[in-house]
Amino acid sequence: MQYNWFDRNLKWIYTMPAVIFVLVMMVFPILYTVRISFFEWSMSAITPPKWVGLDNYITLLNDSRFWGAVRSTLYFTFAALAVEVVLGVAIALLLTRDFRGKNMVKTVFLLPMVATPVAMGLVWQLIYEPTIGAANMILEAVGLKPQLWLASPNQAISSLIIVDVWQWTPMIALIVMAGLATIPTDPYEAADVDGAGRWRKFISITLPLLKPTIMVAAMLRLIDVLKTFDIIYATTQGGPNLATETLNIYGYVLGFQYFKLGMASSLLVLFFALVMGLTIFMILMRKRMEGRYE
Amino acid sequence: MKRFRSLRLLAGIWALSVSVLASGCAGISHSGHNRGESPLPFQGKTITLVTANHPWADAIRPLLPEFEAATGVNVIIQGFFEDQLTQKLTLQLTTGAETPDVFMYRPLQEGKLFYKNGWLEPLDDYVRQDAEYDRSDFSSEAIRSATVDGKLAGIPVIMEQGILYYRKDLLQKAGIPVPDTIDKLVSAARLLHDPDNGVYGFVARGQRSPLVTQVSSFLYSEGGDFTSGQQATINTPEAMRAFTIYGSLLRDYGPPGVINMSWPQASAFFAEGKAAFYTDANSIFKSASDPARSTIAEHIGFASFPAGGNGSRTYNITSWGLAMNPKAVDKAAAWAFIRWATSKEIVLQTQRKGNPGARYSVWNMSEGTAGFPKEMVEVIKQYGIGGVDHDRPTVINVAEARETVGEIVQRVMTGDPDLQQAADRANAALQAILDKEAE
Repeated sequence: MQYNWFDRNLKWIYTMPAVIFVLVMMVFPILYTVRISFFEWSMSAITPPKWVGLDNYITLLNDSRFWGAVRSTLYFTFAALAVEVVLGVAIALLLTRDFRGKNMVKTVFLLPMVATPVAMGLVWQLIYEPTIGAANMILEAVGLKPQLWLASPNQAISSLIIVDVWQWTPMIALIVMAGLATIPTDPYEAADVDGAGRWRKFISITLPLLKPTIMVAAMLRLIDVLKTFDIIYATTQGGPNLATETLNIYGYVLGFQYFKLGMASSLLVLFFALVMGLTIFMILMRKRMEGRYE
Repeated sequence: MKRFRSLRLLAGIWALSVSVLASGCAGISHSGHNRGESPLPFQGKTITLVTANHPWADAIRPLLPEFEAATGVNVIIQGFFEDQLTQKLTLQLTTGAETPDVFMYRPLQEGKLFYKNGWLEPLDDYVRQDAEYDRSDFSSEAIRSATVDGKLAGIPVIMEQGILYYRKDLLQKAGIPVPDTIDKLVSAARLLHDPDNGVYGFVARGQRSPLVTQVSSFLYSEGGDFTSGQQATINTPEAMRAFTIYGSLLRDYGPPGVINMSWPQASAFFAEGKAAFYTDANSIFKSASDPARSTIAEHIGFASFPAGGNGSRTYNITSWGLAMNPKAVDKAAAWAFIRWATSKEIVLQTQRKGNPGARYSVWNMSEGTAGFPKEMVEVIKQYGIGGVDHDRPTVINVAEARETVGEIVQRVMTGDPDLQQAADRANAALQAILDKEAE
C-alpha cells in the first residue's frame, strides 16, 4: 500500500525540495516586494506600513533622478555589452588559432573574470586616482593629457564601462570559443573550392554559424550587466553628482539609506519589468535569427 | 541586488554564530568570577554592547572587566564598521530583537529616525533619578544634539567641532600668519597652491553626502543654516556664498580627485603633506596627524575655524552617543552600563586616549586634556560653550537631506554655470522632505 503511494507520487516527492526552495527563496520575496511597493514604510516598529496604492510608482515616474538612473543603466548596459561582444568574439577568434603558449594566454585572459568584483573595484579606484593613479601615468607616458576618470561626472560612467569590459569580456570569449569548436569544417572546404577569401569566409560562414552562440552569450551578459552593483558601489557609489547612479544603486540608496522601503520596492518592481522586457526581446530576436539560418 | 541580499544573509548568520561563540566564551571566562563575595546588584545578568570600530570602543574594551567585577554584569561587546553598524542596527531593531541592549549610534544622523521608529529608550527618567550622575556636567550643545522631541534619546560619548588644520612650515616659509577669516584662508590657499611641487592649497571632503557636515561651518560663519524653522534655506544668498567658497576652494586649490574624497581620503592626503590647509572635525586629528602615517606630523597646526561674515561659527555636536534598546530584557543593567561608561571617571580615562568627551569637568582637569595636542585643547576650550548644535539638516531622513545640500556644492566643484537654478531645485527638494515630515 505504502509503496504504491510513494510510487505514485514519486515525481512530487523528488521535486518537492527544489519546488519549496524556489517558492520560499524566489517567488515569495518577489511577491513580497510587489506588496511592499504599494505601501509607505520606514521599517518602523511603531508605525505600521501605510497603504498608498500606486503613489510610489507615480512619484518615481515623475522623479528626474529615477529617469537619470534609467538612462545610466541603459547606457552602461548597452555600451558595455556592445564592446564586450565585439572584443569577446575577436579574442575568441584569435585564441582558436594554434600558437605557442596558447593555454598560458587563455588562462591569463580569463583571470579578470575570476577576481572578486568589489576587490577589483577598489583596485581600479586606485588606478583611476587622478594624482597617483596608473591610468594617468600611462597617459602621460604616451604624451596625452591626464584625465579625471571617476572624479569627472562626464567620464565616470565610461571609466566604469572600461572596468566592466576588462572584467567580463573573457566570459563572452569563453562561450564563443566553445561555439567555434562546434563549427564543422566542410563549409570552409567548400568555400576554398569556390575560391573565397578569408574575410568572405568569416562573414559568410563563421559569423552566421556563430550567431546563436553569440546571442546566448550576449543575453547572459545582458542580464548580468543590467544588475551590476558591486563595481559601482565599490568605486563611486553612484557619484559624482549621480553620474553613475544606476537603478540598482538608486534602489539600494532608497531602501537602506533613505529607509523608504516602499519606494525602493516599487523601483525594483519596475526594474524587474525592464529586465524581463529586455530578456524577452532578446529571446524573440534570437528565435528570428535562428529561424533565418536553419 | 539578489546577490547582495544573500550576502547580507550570510553576514547575518556569521554574526549570529560569532555572537553565540563569543557569549559562550565570555560565559566561561567570567563564571566563578565573583564566587564567595557579597552578592552583586546584577549578578548573572548579560548585556550585549554593539559599537562602531571607533577609538572610543578600543578605549572602553580594556576597562570592561572593572565594570563586570563591580556589578556582576557580563558584557558582550561587538564592533562594526560605521556603515555596517547602521545596517546591522536597522535590521536587528526592525525585527524587535532584545539585543543589543546598548549600542553606539550617531544622534544627528540616525537619532530622529531611530527614535520615531521606537528603537531608542528615552533616558530622561534614568538620568533625573540619579543626582550623582550630574547631568549638568554635560555640554548643553551635546545634550541638545542627542535630544529628540524633548526627550533624551542617548548619552553623548564623542563631541566634535570643526577646526582648521594647517601646515606651520609652509605658512612660515611664505611668511603669512594663520588665517583667521575665510577670505584670508582663500588667499592663503591660493598663495600656497603649488601642485607642480606636490602641494595643493586646500583639501576637504568633496563627496556629495560626507561634505555636508564640513561645509556647515562655512554656512554658519556666513550667517546661513540648512533650515529655519520649517523652511529650507539652502538657496539663500548666505548659503550660496558659503557653498561657492567651499566648492571653489576645492575646485581651484584642491586635488583633482577631491570630488570622490570623504574624510579617510582627505585626512590621509593632508597627512601625506600634500595640502596646506584642511578643514574637518577635530575628532579625526589622529588620522590627520598620526606620526606613524604622516611625515609632516610635527608641522601640523590646529586653529579655530576662520571667521566669515557672521564671525567664526562652527558646529559643536555629539557625533556618537550610547543608546538603550527599549526591548532590552534588563533595562536596569543596561542603564548601569551606560551610566558607568559615561561617568566622570570613565570619560576621563577614554578622553585621555584621545576621545573628546562631553563632560565639562573632564575638560577642566589637566589629565583630561593630556590626550590632545596643546594647541587643539585651546581651540576646543575656546569653543567650549556655544557653537551650533547640528552639522547637518535636522530632519528624520538625514541621508536624503544631506544629498540635496551636497549636490549644490558638487555643482560648484564641477563648474555648473546655472548654480542658482540648481540651488533652487535642491531647496525645493529639502522643503519637500520637511513638509512630508511635518505631516
